[in-house]
Amino acid sequence: MGRRILLENDHVPGIETIDVYRKHGGYRSVEKALKKMSPEQVVEEVQKSGLRGRGGAGFPTGMKWSFLAKPEGVPRYLLCNADESEPGTFKDRYLMEKIPHLLIEGMIVSSYALGANQSYIYIRGEYMWILDILEKAIAEAKAAGFLGKNILGSGYDLELGVAPGGGAYICGEETALIESLEGKRGNPRMKPPFPAVKGLWGCPTVVNNVESIAAVVPIVNDGGEEYAKIGIGKSTGTKLISASGNLVRPGVYEIDMGISVEEFIYGDDYCRGIAYNKKMKACVPGGSSVPILPAHLVTKTAAGEDRLMTYESLADGGFASGSMLGSGGFIVFDEDQCIVRNTWNFARFYAHESCGQCSPCREGTGWMEKVLYRLEHGTGNLHDIDLLAEINKKIEGNTICPLGDAAAWPVAAAIRHFREEFEWHVTNREEAQRKNYGLLKESVA
Amino acid sequence: MVKVTIDDVQIEVEEGTSILNAARSVGGEIVPPAMCYYSKLPGTGGKCRTCLVEVAQGSEKDPRPMPKLVASCSTNVMDGMVVKNKTSERVQQNRGGVVEFLLINHPLDCPICDQAGECHLQDLGFEHGGAKTRYEEDRRTFDPIDIGNKIKLHMNRCILCYRCVHVANQLTESRVHGVLHRGEHAEISTYIENAIENDFSGNMIDVCPVGALTDKTFRFKSRVWFLKPMEASCECTKCSGKAVVWMFGNEIYRVTARKDKYGEVEDQDGKTGWICNDCRFDKKDVSKWNVEGPRKIDRHSVISQGHYLSPRSGAQKTIK
Amino acid sequence: MGSSHVDLSKRHTEKPSFSPEKLAEVQALMNSYPEGKHKSALIRILHIAEEEFGGWLSIETMDYVAELMNIQPIEVYEVATFYTMFNLDPVGKYVFEVCRTGPCMLVGSDQIIDYIGEKLNIKVGETSSDGMFTLKTAECLGACGYAPMLQCGKKFHEHLTKERVDEVIASYREGKVPN
Repeated sequence: MGRRILLENDHVPGIETIDVYRKHGGYRSVEKALKKMSPEQVVEEVQKSGLRGRGGAGFPTGMKWSFLAKPEGVPRYLLCNADESEPGTFKDRYLMEKIPHLLIEGMIVSSYALGANQSYIYIRGEYMWILDILEKAIAEAKAAGFLGKNILGSGYDLELGVAPGGGAYICGEETALIESLEGKRGNPRMKPPFPAVKGLWGCPTVVNNVESIAAVVPIVNDGGEEYAKIGIGKSTGTKLISASGNLVRPGVYEIDMGISVEEFIYGDDYCRGIAYNKKMKACVPGGSSVPILPAHLVTKTAAGEDRLMTYESLADGGFASGSMLGSGGFIVFDEDQCIVRNTWNFARFYAHESCGQCSPCREGTGWMEKVLYRLEHGTGNLHDIDLLAEINKKIEGNTICPLGDAAAWPVAAAIRHFREEFEWHVTNREEAQRKNYGLLKESVA
Repeated sequence: MVKVTIDDVQIEVEEGTSILNAARSVGGEIVPPAMCYYSKLPGTGGKCRTCLVEVAQGSEKDPRPMPKLVASCSTNVMDGMVVKNKTSERVQQNRGGVVEFLLINHPLDCPICDQAGECHLQDLGFEHGGAKTRYEEDRRTFDPIDIGNKIKLHMNRCILCYRCVHVANQLTESRVHGVLHRGEHAEISTYIENAIENDFSGNMIDVCPVGALTDKTFRFKSRVWFLKPMEASCECTKCSGKAVVWMFGNEIYRVTARKDKYGEVEDQDGKTGWICNDCRFDKKDVSKWNVEGPRKIDRHSVISQGHYLSPRSGAQKTIK
Repeated sequence: MGSSHVDLSKRHTEKPSFSPEKLAEVQALMNSYPEGKHKSALIRILHIAEEEFGGWLSIETMDYVAELMNIQPIEVYEVATFYTMFNLDPVGKYVFEVCRTGPCMLVGSDQIIDYIGEKLNIKVGETSSDGMFTLKTAECLGACGYAPMLQCGKKFHEHLTKERVDEVIASYREGKVPN
């Protein structure tokens, strides 16, 4: 088992309560930061740690923090993005459910670093029971003096609220999240201005993913340099990976950045291989929006080197032969899975989740879904495959927010690597309809 | 003042000007089309993506090109920026893509649409649309509905520019219509049958770039190109009373605000010349107006003759 | 598609009204935001209203929320129709939302949806004749590693098999939330 920084105590009974959490070293970072460090020093440690946003984009957290505008007399806000909705991703849920105080602790230290006196956790509405867990933890933290006025006698005040969404993937996009938190439709805003200048209620705002904020706790406790020692190159620290699909042991794993993909899929400490002794057909390593890789490019790069669980190695080869670490939603497909069906499924997801604001995404995602539906259901034509590629190109890069790209990439990659399978669906319509997919456990044995 | 080059034309504009408005300050071919942006309605823009342009050089200081095409309506110019619109093949291709997206679910019912002849989507379709559709699926359809007794909403034709929502936000006390649902199911609606009762609601018709919102008092009365637009004014307590009356012989068929070549309502007496519903819907009697003279229509639509060059002359584009 | 206006046959006949306790909770939520920013509480209040008034949002319920929050009804309709968790039509006592997205599909969510439909004799989107269950599909609910799964209220039922679905349904029929 690898090192565990975030999930070290996830199996300790009662760790969701503040007493047990504190017995295991909880809230040390608040004591340290508020009593011994200036906000700037906390930012500095985060910059030194090399921590990159864990929501999917991988943007350096310390740099994002440094962009925050600080006009006099204007409140600043830290928002935690707990709208985890990227298919294949369920790590934030695990963290909040098991160790809610780790997120609360991270929010306090991060808010202090940014000079925010009011922060919010925006959580997807479907995680309503976790909202209850978080509010209970917040009440405990407040009773213990870690929230409220003059925290630990430092003179620093912080209130922390939790706000639920109502079912919309797009609210994971930071400006859509802000709109939603303002009680509106989750339509992403035009940028610039960026949230760091004009965010929640027009004030400077930072939006960070749950895991990023939680990682600030060990960074403050042990120092940014210690954190940066884990990992390889610009992929520092540990990463929570949500493993799903046809694996022996799917679930959430904390890994050191830099272990091999091979070890992650087949290692005893991790997923233990493909279920039912089948072979791997493909893998989507970073959540549904990153390019799918065929088996031969999953564990090795196109150059034949070992593929590692890092931002850089997973992207090796660009979109031609690589993918992305993304949110760490690691979805594995066994040999019996149908790529066309899965591509249609993902396309349906994006069409369903498009906010409908800008034309390429509103019309393009729906169009792709319909064409893929026909291909999967035996009424497609060969020219549809090229049509998909064309629609793709007209969406990519032309939308207000990244949802357009997220919808376009998986389709492009599936055609790139599995074109023959798409063609087979057209030339063998009936057989394609009979082919099995995603069988339930009981039916497979 | 900052210097910016758009399609090889150098312009000096004030800092904080958008690329689109910089181009409009010169006019002509370098101006990107805009279906959702409306300068008189703060908050509009960025949605339709027809105004996408290429920024070949970010600025004098940072000459790197911008990797993606940008919405010219919501991107400000920088000193030394170089923008390509007509001169960029990439822009033309992607704009064609946007127009195709806008048309896949559009009913193409121009022959029975009151907006025909002054429709921005029709213009775009002519300039950038393909000759054949590649869309084999069923089109999205909605039933036409009345929103109030003077305005008809044909959601099938709507491109979701949100302009009418902004008009209601900015000109009326309480908005009763909005955008409901999401994605390709998004629609302009009142949700429940609800009249938009407000003195200025008719301006929604003027800002609509397509035939989604039309004037029920003019419905199916005439094609716009058979009418003579005349500048006219009247004594009105609610609005400036300065309008365009569209006449056939001595009869007024419809009344609209005075719009510029980009389809935007012109300023009157230092304010945006929105007209009230009384002037628009009820004053069809020519005796109530002081008809000042012919209105020059210089925007590119079929009303101004000779705009649609024959494709065979090869002047516009080759139809595939 | 086709209708731009909501079906007016589906209404609440009486004007909804929160109990004093719920009203206090709702007021506290609005007050938790800075002055003039109380609209931020809208989504949460809609969740509460849905739970209180029959599991769905009628026009009456939405108008009531608008009135309480001092905002225009259209602002509520816009939000309620944007977010997929809100039911705009009446639903059964228990709403099963079965995740159908990729990772769930890979391990059999399609069969689970079919099975529930057969068992309850309903199609997706319908409510069983006894008014107990509504079957819906949902996009990724964040349980990919424990798939297939369905959500009912706040509860996630994971690692579903046909046998497990039988247990879950039997338990709800008895009025008990399954483990």
